[in-house]
Amino acid sequence: MSAGDAVLRVEGVGKSFTLHLQGGVRIPVLDGVSLELQAGECVVLSGPSGAGKSTLLRTVYGNYRAEGGSILLRHRGAWLDLAAAGPRTVLEMRRDTLGYVSQFLRVVPRVPALHIVAEALTARGVGTEEARASARAMLLRLHVPERLHGLPPATFSGGEQQRVNLARGFLGRHPILLLDEPTASLDAANRAVVVGLVRAAKARGVAVLGIVHDADTRDAIADRLFPVEPLQDAA
Amino acid sequence: MSSDARSSRSPDALLSARGLRLSYGRIAALDGVDAEVFPGEVLAVVGESGSGKTTLLQALSGAISPDAGTVWYRGRDGSVQDVHRMPAPALRALHRSDWGTVHQDPRQSLRMAVSAGGNVGERLMAQGVQHYGGIRAAAIDWLREVEIAADRVDDLPRTFSGGMLQRLQIARTLVTQPRLVFMDEPTGGLDVSVQARLLDLIRGLVARLGVAAVLVTHDIAVARLLAGRIVVMRAGRVVETGLTDQVLDDPQHPYTQLLVSSVLHA
Repeated sequence: MSAGDAVLRVEGVGKSFTLHLQGGVRIPVLDGVSLELQAGECVVLSGPSGAGKSTLLRTVYGNYRAEGGSILLRHRGAWLDLAAAGPRTVLEMRRDTLGYVSQFLRVVPRVPALHIVAEALTARGVGTEEARASARAMLLRLHVPERLHGLPPATFSGGEQQRVNLARGFLGRHPILLLDEPTASLDAANRAVVVGLVRAAKARGVAVLGIVHDADTRDAIADRLFPVEPLQDAA
Repeated sequence: MSSDARSSRSPDALLSARGLRLSYGRIAALDGVDAEVFPGEVLAVVGESGSGKTTLLQALSGAISPDAGTVWYRGRDGSVQDVHRMPAPALRALHRSDWGTVHQDPRQSLRMAVSAGGNVGERLMAQGVQHYGGIRAAAIDWLREVEIAADRVDDLPRTFSGGMLQRLQIARTLVTQPRLVFMDEPTGGLDVSVQARLLDLIRGLVARLGVAAVLVTHDIAVARLLAGRIVVMRAGRVVETGLTDQVLDDPQHPYTQLLVSSVLHA
């Protein structure tokens, strides 16, 4: 995939939540959202808190179910609509094409950080030793010291957990990467590492869609901004 | 069986169930349940006590016969068999070879008067493996796989802790390299610290061996960590099914919303 080729097309996607336990109240969040992402490009979602940026990112990942519209991904050389795909196809798209770094790390307790990160590669058939060597290098690059690699991240600080999460996300080498506040709990030195990782990924042709509140990081990685407006204001 | 029912079966599913119904008196334990298990996937069945999830597992594995409905199993040679119309010896053979079961209480499947190694080796012998040295070596390999030290191979299971017994049961189940494993609350009776280790073990083995599993659990956190797909049951019916993280993070059905919102977060 070379720069300039579209790899993700979100077309007319809506999303609302119906809260059955609150008398069935319906909360509309997204309506008719369309955006295109090209290989080697980084688009950052902008807009006020509560506008639906995370909801859009989660909907693109299939974590939330899209209402109407389509989420077309370039998957193994063909366009595939994630919004219409069955669960097993979505899992396959996530394994091979679509990576996601969430705000918070959610993992099996008591599993060492190194194994959690290496799984990004073993899940795709890379041998255990090679995967762990790559995981070790990525963790070190994100300043997670070797003494922590053998420990489960539950006891780590917020920033350390987020770096384990980032290491896993970037190690997966997905052609499309979704980042939800990747630098929220990081210091300046680690924000700079993330900027370096995003730039290197873009240079490899990876398309990045993210939410980044920190202005310096955003300016350093974003090719353009995509505004997400709260629905009630837009109406 | 009607030809319609047969045609609605997914061709690539390992196990396919259509229209399962089973009543205990006036109580419908299964009230028209469809389910499918595909090769290499973990399918979680969640719900509260009395939802019918364990009954579904038993109907899928042929342990109990439904009043109506069909369960098909696609064998290694591609042939499709009706689980509930199979002769009993054929079903037993399936349970010894292609299928495995992990009970909540390991004592249900382990033989407590037989050594740990014997428990694992016995499944191989039942398959016709005869070379004693080979069986013992395979048993030791599998004990190591589930993190039981090789020097415990001759010990009786009653000297093992609850977590070790559960790991021994998993070794006994997986030694024959089944294609499909039925698990009923596999981490149920264990301390929380032991649960985590067992979850990681099951997750790693299932992924590495490419074995499919049906996992019944009341614990949606366990379902989230192990299963790609989930079935939510209530009163004998499937109320919602789909991608595990989507069903748990964006539940559509009122009951799933209640279930998800009732979980305590530590």
